Amino acid sequence: MEAILLQILNGLDKGGAYALIALGLSLVFGTLGVVNFAHGALFMLGAFVAVSVQSLLTLSMRVRDTSITFFEAYKETPYLEVWWGDTGRAIIDYAVPISIVIAIPVMLLIGVAMERGLVRFFYKRDHADQILVTFGLAIVLQEIVKAFFGANPIPVSAPEVVATSVDVGTMFGLQGITYPWWRLIYLGFSLLIIGGVFAFLHYTTFGMVVRAGMHDRETVGLLGINIQKRFTIVFGLATVVVGLAGVMYTPILSPDCHMGMEFLVLSFVVVVVGGMGSLPGAAAAGFLLGILQSFFSMNEIKSILPGIDQIIIYLVAVFILLVRPRGLMGRD
Amino acid sequence: MSAENGNIVLSISGVNKTFGGLQALSDINLQIEEGKAHAIIGPNGAGKSTLLNTCIGRIRPDSGTINFLGHDLTGGNVKPHDINQLGISRVFQTPEIFPELSILHNVMTPAFARKEGTFSFNPLNALRDQKGIEHEAMDLLADLNMADVSRHHAGNLSRGNKRRLELAMCLIQHPRLLLLDEPTAGMARHDTNRTIELLKKIKASGMTKVIIEHDMHVVFSLADRISVLAQGAIIAEGHPDEIKGHPKVREAYLGSAEI
Amino acid sequence: MHTIIASTRMRDYITLALFTLVVLTAPLWGKLIGAGYPDLLKKFAIFGLFAVGYNILFGLTGYLSFGHAAFLGVGSYATVWSFKLLSMNVIPAVLFSIVLSGLLAVVIGFLSLRRTGIYFSILTLAFAQMSYNMAYSVLTPITNGETGLRVLRHDPRVLDSLFGVQVEGSPLGGLFGVTLTGYSGFYFCAALLILGFWIALRIFRSPYGLKLLAIKSNQTRMEYTGFNPRPYLLSAFVISGIYAGVAGSLMAIVDPLAGAERMQWTASGEVVLMTILGGLGTLFGPILGAALIKYLENIFSAFNDQTLFQIFDFLPHWLARIMVDITSPFVGDGWHLTLGVLFMAIIIFLPGGLMEGFRHISVRLSRKSGGDADMASLEAAEGESK
Repeated sequence: MEAILLQILNGLDKGGAYALIALGLSLVFGTLGVVNFAHGALFMLGAFVAVSVQSLLTLSMRVRDTSITFFEAYKETPYLEVWWGDTGRAIIDYAVPISIVIAIPVMLLIGVAMERGLVRFFYKRDHADQILVTFGLAIVLQEIVKAFFGANPIPVSAPEVVATSVDVGTMFGLQGITYPWWRLIYLGFSLLIIGGVFAFLHYTTFGMVVRAGMHDRETVGLLGINIQKRFTIVFGLATVVVGLAGVMYTPILSPDCHMGMEFLVLSFVVVVVGGMGSLPGAAAAGFLLGILQSFFSMNEIKSILPGIDQIIIYLVAVFILLVRPRGLMGRD
Repeated sequence: MSAENGNIVLSISGVNKTFGGLQALSDINLQIEEGKAHAIIGPNGAGKSTLLNTCIGRIRPDSGTINFLGHDLTGGNVKPHDINQLGISRVFQTPEIFPELSILHNVMTPAFARKEGTFSFNPLNALRDQKGIEHEAMDLLADLNMADVSRHHAGNLSRGNKRRLELAMCLIQHPRLLLLDEPTAGMARHDTNRTIELLKKIKASGMTKVIIEHDMHVVFSLADRISVLAQGAIIAEGHPDEIKGHPKVREAYLGSAEI
Repeated sequence: MHTIIASTRMRDYITLALFTLVVLTAPLWGKLIGAGYPDLLKKFAIFGLFAVGYNILFGLTGYLSFGHAAFLGVGSYATVWSFKLLSMNVIPAVLFSIVLSGLLAVVIGFLSLRRTGIYFSILTLAFAQMSYNMAYSVLTPITNGETGLRVLRHDPRVLDSLFGVQVEGSPLGGLFGVTLTGYSGFYFCAALLILGFWIALRIFRSPYGLKLLAIKSNQTRMEYTGFNPRPYLLSAFVISGIYAGVAGSLMAIVDPLAGAERMQWTASGEVVLMTILGGLGTLFGPILGAALIKYLENIFSAFNDQTLFQIFDFLPHWLARIMVDITSPFVGDGWHLTLGVLFMAIIIFLPGGLMEGFRHISVRLSRKSGGDADMASLEAAEGESK
């Protein structure tokens, strides 16, 4: 029982990431009618915003190591620590939360630039061209990141206060379930963002127009609403959402330049399972598949079906397609 | 399915359909006789498209039966290619052709469906050896004055010519029933007239047709029989002359439209 | 597009003869462009075959598959297993690859073709990724995981021992005593490329090919015309999957090992790019695209900062420094960046690929308008009656 609960918890943070990526994919597809194969690359860019912020904060200078007295030793110490001592150390410790604040304008800028500079020229072209050009962009972004940061994963740490684990078991009256704080935070964070996006779409005039557009694009176009501007904002919003998902994920998984494509493929499966263009479907399927994946990586199951954790998501997708081709919550 | 006078090709009896509480079709009875041109007219929103899609088994009616030459199409969700293979060819409101193919190949492709059925795998046959089909297609194109341009992309044609090409694509299949969904919609007057001429020629060949149309000019020059649809029900049926004088029809339809 | 289908028998034979000539003389003309060595020429032929087959699916039906690398990988594994278990002769190896990649294509195609358009693309991508993951995990006993599958000296090779064929030194693929290394390897690849090209040519000229094009052009009309698109699409998918399988087999023949990285999405993306760069839906385009990309890859990945400095040597030193800094991320290990940029540029500026570009140029040069006059007069006749 405890083991199962732990696996469900383990799946939730991954599911949160899937849900956030799939949400943006679905939003952009439903509103703009564009399949964005560079969406995973945007997730990666978000993660590398955190990497950049962390390495900026830890820019170091050589200072005399005073703990070694019998010869002149030097050590690399971040400027912040040299200047502000403990305050500086605290700022470095909070690199990820700081990255979030920075990532919002950065990702918004990237999103808007991408929509204005590239995607908008492809609204009228067929889906194959949209897929291919964004696929090309994904390669370019991945290679640029590789050129700057190399191909190896770069660890990013969560603030020290939440770097430990929490005894979740006691909350449920069970014994021995400890769970890293940060994963719990990620889960809460993804729920918050998903909730925020839904609230935005349901309770603002802008959101209502977007939802109407997802339902029937042509009619909304006929209403004389400035579609272009809305498209830009929606694309920017999706970029920010996926970028934040990437920033927050860095303490869980050290980012490398290939993470974008890995997550993209899985998120596509999530979108297909949830139903393309259905936002609740994307969110629900994200968590569902995250939990399933984690559940099937339990040693008890892996000993019966070795390697099943690697392919379970795809098997579920195949099953869904066979019995319900339009996805769990999709319209035809 | 054969009635006392002439063979009935398509028989629709007691068909009802509601969409979310809205009565789209109510108690529709229609008998389409072989060799006749049967027009279904009615104002926008009268249920013409729903009726058409129900006729060919794309929409499942709530009650009633649809019978095409002994085949029951009532179940709904009949595959389009099965509909065609039964002998129903369809012309769409906006011409559906193969824009990237040559005009000749547009006409030849449907001939293969008639000859080979829904699927045949012959990747090593040469298209140029299909002389019979090519000649048949070229004869049809000659009738449309398109023989000279037969090797051009169909996508470059004007809307009127696309429509006539689409008709040729249906004709080469020698369908048992030809469905025409607003064959002159969106056309300029001279294009409409040319299309009507072509349709008259087809009519002379004795092909069974169902024409959905709201242009009265087209209907009265083509139809042997007219059914008037209003708010999902057939309010009148008869020869064109009877329909012209029918008071109920004037009230429901003609009063608000030009003849 | 119609020019693809309409052709005389004589013209087809001439096309094939010229193609054969160009392929077989590749070692000669390859020298002129600095590609006159077997390793690169083999790549031209193998990827050319891959792209020709891919074009039968994407070029004719318009269905964009992102999963053809899976068939490439399966073809390689099948060949290495044939080398291990049956014989170092390549004939059973190629046949085995055809059967296995064909079977996999039936399964993946059947499932993916339940949806159209973007869903199809996504599904093929997912299946390829799943195959890749499986090669690294569940199927490790078959694929040998990350190490890759190799041919060993003491593998059983039932057929070889049956006929008393001995393997000396390191085992290499052969054809009845001829070892397929160097140029003999290239000529074997070239023979299969020519065969593959001929089959593709026949498909392009067949009623079957016409129907595939019709699906691309207007699937609704296709269905209401009485065709069931599904079996057409599935058969085209399987044919192109088999081409990929044979290409994978050839990779393992010229270098007897197979690894899962061949199944990665980048390999699928590469064949899409080759096809589009050359000219989607054209006969020669995909081969041209494949050769060009492999040629550029060969040049660009060999560059480093030193060679760049040599290139910009004519500039003042400070300017050369800047130019090297700008260009160096695109060469060497950065070749994929160039590939990505090329990918985007082609789709944005030249969606028809190089063949389309050539056609524009030749039309502009010859200014032929005889046929267009007919079309103009047909439409003009209507204009007058307005």
